[in-house]
Amino acid sequence: MSPRAAWRLESIGFEQVYDYVAGKADWGSFGLPLEGTKGARAGEHVRADVPTCRLEERLREVRHQVSATGWDTCIVVNASGVVLGRLGRKALASEEDVAVQAAMTAGPSTVRPSITLAAIVERMQSQKLTSALVTRSDGRLGGVLRRTDAEAALEAASSDPSLSSQGREGQ
Amino acid sequence: MPTPIDRDQVQGLLAEGAQLVEVLPQPEFEEEHLPGAINIPLKTLDAETTRRLERERPVTVYCHDYQ
Repeated sequence: MSPRAAWRLESIGFEQVYDYVAGKADWGSFGLPLEGTKGARAGEHVRADVPTCRLEERLREVRHQVSATGWDTCIVVNASGVVLGRLGRKALASEEDVAVQAAMTAGPSTVRPSITLAAIVERMQSQKLTSALVTRSDGRLGGVLRRTDAEAALEAASSDPSLSSQGREGQ
Repeated sequence: MPTPIDRDQVQGLLAEGAQLVEVLPQPEFEEEHLPGAINIPLKTLDAETTRRLERERPVTVYCHDYQ
């Protein structure tokens, strides 16, 4: 639709016309702010300080590093920050000393930063998830959304509508 | 000829004072839009509705995605 609009503008006489063809879906998927009535989004409440590790690292070393952070999960990424897997509580509690790639859950489910808080809270509650992994549309890690954070933010937004009418960048 | 641009270029143009226009219908605009955007639905885009745009400044248009 936007290419037709861009050409229409030129036909009206505008000379500097640009077309953001990927549109607001692309914008939101990178956690950039959006405004409107749709409601607060997950990206505003994502924790970007979740620990990460690489495929080739040893589980024993990663376990030690993660325990020092207070987290109970570690996201496996490549050199570009693209999510490849996740080490959960069970893997991190293991006494094995193997490479991360042998212990991780490959291809974990992810959501986009643009998903609304209402939608992700409903999903986490129905699936009994304590957190959700957030990635951008290019597969790079955005962070982790904790259910407790999301529920608190949703409750705050419902009691103060102004919090849900304007997007904020949270990453 | 309109110039296709990506997300980073949109941000750069906005920083330089470009105008941003969402061309989706009003209900979709009200639901969510980029900060600072105005709404001129494609079906209404003409010389009259674009009067509020400044012709001397760049204009970036967008919709939802590659539709």
